[in-house]
Amino acid sequence: MTQNQLPVPASTAKHKWPNFGNIWDTFGMLFVFVLLFFVCSLLIPNFFTWINMKVLGLSVSVVGMVACGMVFCLVIADLDLSVGAVVACAGVVTSWVLQQTDNMFLGIASGLACGAFFGLMNGVFVAIMKNNALIVTLATQQVARGAAYTICGGVPIGIMNEKFYLLGDSDILGIPTPIILMAICFIIFGFLLSNTIFGRNSLAIGGNNEAARLAGINVVKTKIIIFTLTGLVSAFAGIVLTSRLTSGQPMNGMGLELNAISACVLGGVALTGGIGRMPTVIAGVLILGTVENAMNLLNVNTFTQYIVRGLILLAAINLDQYKQKLRLK
Amino acid sequence: MTQNQSNYLEFEGISKNFAGVNALSKVSFGCAEGEIHALIGENGAGKSTLLKCLAGNYTPNAGRIIIEGRPVIFNSTADALDKGIAIIYQELNLLPESSVEENIFLGQLPTKGWRIDWKTLHANTKKALARLNLDFSPEIMLKSLSIGQRQMVEIAKALTRNAKIIAFDEPTSSLSSREIERLFAVIAELKAEGKIILYVSHRMEEIFRICDKITVFKDGKFVITYPDVKKVTTEMLVKSMVGRDVSNIYDYAPRDHGQVRLEINNFLAPGLKTPANLKVKGGEIVGLFGLVGAGRSELLKGIFGGTRSTAGQVAIDGQKAIIKSPIDAITRGLVFCPEDRKSDGILGIHSVRDNINISARRNSLIGRIIINSGWEKANAAKRILELNIKTPTDLQLIRNLSGGNQQKAILGRWLSESIRCIMFDEPTRGIDVGAKNEIYNLIYKLALSGIAVIVVSSDLPEVLGVSDRIVVMRDGSIVGELTHDEATEEKALELAMIPDVAA
Repeated sequence: MTQNQLPVPASTAKHKWPNFGNIWDTFGMLFVFVLLFFVCSLLIPNFFTWINMKVLGLSVSVVGMVACGMVFCLVIADLDLSVGAVVACAGVVTSWVLQQTDNMFLGIASGLACGAFFGLMNGVFVAIMKNNALIVTLATQQVARGAAYTICGGVPIGIMNEKFYLLGDSDILGIPTPIILMAICFIIFGFLLSNTIFGRNSLAIGGNNEAARLAGINVVKTKIIIFTLTGLVSAFAGIVLTSRLTSGQPMNGMGLELNAISACVLGGVALTGGIGRMPTVIAGVLILGTVENAMNLLNVNTFTQYIVRGLILLAAINLDQYKQKLRLK
Repeated sequence: MTQNQSNYLEFEGISKNFAGVNALSKVSFGCAEGEIHALIGENGAGKSTLLKCLAGNYTPNAGRIIIEGRPVIFNSTADALDKGIAIIYQELNLLPESSVEENIFLGQLPTKGWRIDWKTLHANTKKALARLNLDFSPEIMLKSLSIGQRQMVEIAKALTRNAKIIAFDEPTSSLSSREIERLFAVIAELKAEGKIILYVSHRMEEIFRICDKITVFKDGKFVITYPDVKKVTTEMLVKSMVGRDVSNIYDYAPRDHGQVRLEINNFLAPGLKTPANLKVKGGEIVGLFGLVGAGRSELLKGIFGGTRSTAGQVAIDGQKAIIKSPIDAITRGLVFCPEDRKSDGILGIHSVRDNINISARRNSLIGRIIINSGWEKANAAKRILELNIKTPTDLQLIRNLSGGNQQKAILGRWLSESIRCIMFDEPTRGIDVGAKNEIYNLIYKLALSGIAVIVVSSDLPEVLGVSDRIVVMRDGSIVGELTHDEATEEKALELAMIPDVAA
């Protein structure tokens, strides 16, 4: 239409080199993880061993899977505090159904259905009723935790189905299955976030809810799908954990929501919404896991570990703020 | 170095760049006491950046700010405040849920030991309000005041902090004419007290009325300071702002109209009082005029599905369209550029590319869900070129662009769809002369290609200048219609204001 105009505004030509802020955004946390890993390997005996690597991977597998859903919740500037309770409830439901029917497929399906139900409940209240996500998911947390205790009567439900153990206690090419499953979750959710219209719409909603709505994005539907998916992936994590423990335990996943949020924030997900990428979130998960693993190897007392975790979270949010300031300047 | 020793405030070679892009370069001028100094220029010309440097929000990359002959360096807004600098922004920095007195003395509430000394606070606030002839109670909640009154509170706040330099950024953009008179009276008093007033505005008539000197910016550079406003004409100013003659910024030319493309019948939506009927033909530009609160924006938002309509039908190209949400409108080729770009239009923290593709990307997916990034890149590049959007790259965050370029990016978003009807709500609000002209030409081009266009504007010359037909609204109802040739400002205003004139 305007071909005869100057084709390119003058300022477009210069400024080809990527600026430092962008590089830090993309690779900063990966770099921190590599550095941390290297230091731990050098200084901590038994850290860089095949067995310890398996231990490390297994220890982050649950939080890793849950973080996949949490990223989406944070990206739309909401959050989900019910994930830990859903992990427990889905595990208990699965083991109860296994105890009643001894049908593995039915057990897993009902566990997943349980997670999807709580996620859908969160989504409906947040997206349609426009309730605050913090309160809604806090309520769901109580409901799910209560349901878990009620179903099992407060006592863990043991599982006899040997095939079901394979989910948590087997290797594929020498790598424990839960780690493989976590990796698959990372790939699927990472792809969803960056390369699909669903992910881009989620980012847009977090960037500016009203503008996204007026640009034709179905905000309500997208939010409901996000919460349902989060419930679903949390339930899946709960089922894998239950298989590893060979019993459904109602106290599983206590405080897991905070670990998942910490990992995401460490991984550069903005709490104000609209910004998030899976590779850095993976780095966030691994950093948390490595620190915990290192502390275990160094025989740091469990209670002290809580303090360290809290401090890491504080450091992470301040890093997030600092980055936002950099972006503004 | 300083050209004029009597200047109280002097800018000396101020430069500021963001990520390699110059927002200000080598700006130098001075202001004396008791002077009202207008800063004008297109959007993105650097006025706001200069104010932010003065306020301590930004630190200049080069140059000095000199106050009373001494260079000052501001590391924070508190530093600037200490030196007697106050900026009254377009969007006021006040707490709506607090009282007037708390707002005025925020951060310096008088105390008695540990407790707030409410008596002194009361007395001091009364004094501060009396100085500006304001008659509301110090205890009233800020949110119950009008925008004009809030602005007065902001001025009172600046005065209690002994501000010597007060800068106004587009102060009249949301004021009624009575409020504007009051503001000007206050500014005149401040001038008489020897304050230095920096006045940023797009409204020429205001500048000619109250200002003493005018400094013009263009593309981040200082162009000229006119020391005597009486010797300046609008044409001279516009010429130095855009570097070219803009004799008639509307460039209106009649067009042929085709079939009716958009038709609404007995339409009701939140904010409308009587059922609305409207037909817009292909190639036709219909201006929707009315005073603030007449229901123009509500009508557009209702048609677009931004709010749920409560009655009536919409038909596009003769086909009935059931529009429950914006996507229903967009898929039928009916799109909307909202008035408040920042909150309803752009995704500030996302790139220009994402902002352009946010809607149309759904039509270019691979396997129905996967983003086609090659197409998105190409489409963004195409729109940037076609609309002459000034941005360093398509990955630039859109909030770093000027208002006019943001508006063009939103237009690019809709040009990526196959549109049949486009509705603009205040398309040139906060956009200056040169960019306005560009937007008008784009609107004409859309109409020429056979698209039906509706333009809502509060700017009467603009509505009269661009529209083939002017539809006037008052109090939630359509009250009259004027053709381009018969429309005058008087006729349109009469319809918009006086209940019985409706013909």
